[in-house]
Amino acid sequence: MSLTLPPESKSYIQKELKRYETKESALIPALFEAQKVFGLITPEVIDLLSKEMDIPTSRVNEVFEFYTMFNKSKVGKYHIQVCTNISCSMVGAREYMQALCEKLNVKPCEVTADGKFSVSTAECLGSCGTAPMAEVTSRDADEYHENLKINEIDKFLGKFK
Amino acid sequence: METKLLTQHYDKPEYQSLKGYQKLGGYEALKKAFSMKPQDIITEVKNAGLRGRGGAGFSTGMKWSFLPNNNEPRYLLCNADEGEPGTFKDRVMMERAPHQLIEGMIISAFAINSKKSYIYIRGEYMAPIKIVEKAIREVYDAGLLGKNILGSGFDHDMDVYRGAGAYIVGEETGLISSLEGKKGQPKLKPPFPAVQGYLKKPTIVNNVETLATVPWIITNGASEYKKYGTEKSPGTKLFSVSGNINKPGVYEVPLGIPFKDFLQNECGGMKPGYELKALIPGGSSCPVLTRDEALKSTMDYECMSQLGSMLGSGGVIIIDDKQCMVDLLNILMNFYHHESCGQCTPCREGTGWMNKITTSLLTKNGKLEDISLLHKIASHMLGTTICALSDAAAMPVMSFVTKFRDEFEYYAKEKRSKVKGDVHYAQAHH
Repeated sequence: MSLTLPPESKSYIQKELKRYETKESALIPALFEAQKVFGLITPEVIDLLSKEMDIPTSRVNEVFEFYTMFNKSKVGKYHIQVCTNISCSMVGAREYMQALCEKLNVKPCEVTADGKFSVSTAECLGSCGTAPMAEVTSRDADEYHENLKINEIDKFLGKFK
Repeated sequence: METKLLTQHYDKPEYQSLKGYQKLGGYEALKKAFSMKPQDIITEVKNAGLRGRGGAGFSTGMKWSFLPNNNEPRYLLCNADEGEPGTFKDRVMMERAPHQLIEGMIISAFAINSKKSYIYIRGEYMAPIKIVEKAIREVYDAGLLGKNILGSGFDHDMDVYRGAGAYIVGEETGLISSLEGKKGQPKLKPPFPAVQGYLKKPTIVNNVETLATVPWIITNGASEYKKYGTEKSPGTKLFSVSGNINKPGVYEVPLGIPFKDFLQNECGGMKPGYELKALIPGGSSCPVLTRDEALKSTMDYECMSQLGSMLGSGGVIIIDDKQCMVDLLNILMNFYHHESCGQCTPCREGTGWMNKITTSLLTKNGKLEDISLLHKIASHMLGTTICALSDAAAMPVMSFVTKFRDEFEYYAKEKRSKVKGDVHYAQAHH
């Protein structure tokens, strides 16, 4: 069965195509929308967006490839990204990352067996004064969680249903 | 000592809304601006000596005056792609005072006769994006954006653009490429954006803090602004401070205050058990200062430049005595290697090589001669590329290996950290 976009996504993309001075500017919003719908941007999704937006696949693909927020591999229902850049690492972000991986029994970039979580490191997320911190993305939300503590990992994970 | 010209009302939740902002004097500067000639606004900002707060510290009024003197359409872009490690002030500004930014942008747009502006916000900043989008809707509903704003005859439209994760987009021509729907790769200059920018039209790109300072200058005047700060670095600046200190956060202080006092007073000093070892004064791209250099420094553009570093974005990264400098440099090299856009060979290859070398030191495969090699590679990356990312990666390397050479030599010889002993950190996983 070939992929299709739900009507609300189609109308969202059509609106974005007219929102900016050039229709190519709608590529980032469209890719975010497709990621929300399909979870992962596959070559089939790129083709679909290319047809929907009347923009060559090569153009869609180069924007997809360039930006880190578009997932290049499968992620869990909740994708936890722990910032391990300089400020965060100085106050224990890597130890937190390790503890989180041990708790979930995954290696970085792996998905838990139940598909619920995946964990990876991230570059500076602009939350250096409230480190360690993580950005958690899911289909419906994209939120920062700050001042994380290893002894509160259960409480932290408990927030995600 | 904290001097709150911009952040005075940041602790009041109602300041986020149009009503609350107006109650505290918001949008009065816009009314005043409409009674002025656009050229006089530019002159006022130039006289205030406001320097771009994104990192380069270039005169804002001067940047505006590079626009061609004709009626060609031009764009105003707000750079809210805050990504310089150690920097989080723009996020705080957008979250606490979105209208301060929007008011500053309408005034600036009027000054440069731009009918369209975008606020380009990094994709990870979902909370600020929602707040700024809501604020823009409020402003449209109140007739402060759109056609004939406040009967001035001036039309202006504003929109938000969400990025998708790329440090390089914080470089102004990279930001323009990204907004055009392309890979966020920087463009060769000249032509500078003021002449040929977004969609090849004249474009001004200013940082959040820069634009949010404009209303204060219009309300109070350039001479009042110059009462704060130093002669060459007038005004106040927001510093984002991180590290093992008692009170990390964002503080607004007059430029030129001694770092020593800032650390003690605003930051509450080092955490118990930690000593100051080094300082990165303005975000990860700025050369590191030793403890002695840091303690005699003042926080302004000229002092940091005299010390061979930069004030940058004001991302003050405080490095304590429990940190291994080889490890910290490896973190930075991971970052720059990951973020290099790949256009220019010295940067694409150089960041990778430097990252490999710092990693080999940490994985006990380092050699003594690697330290000179690091310095040599970095020196060939200065000024040889389209944008400043290459320099931004090279400068920390040169300063780290020069000023903390003993730690690098120790790692190469002893195969362990001089500070952390046998605690070795593996590479980051993306």
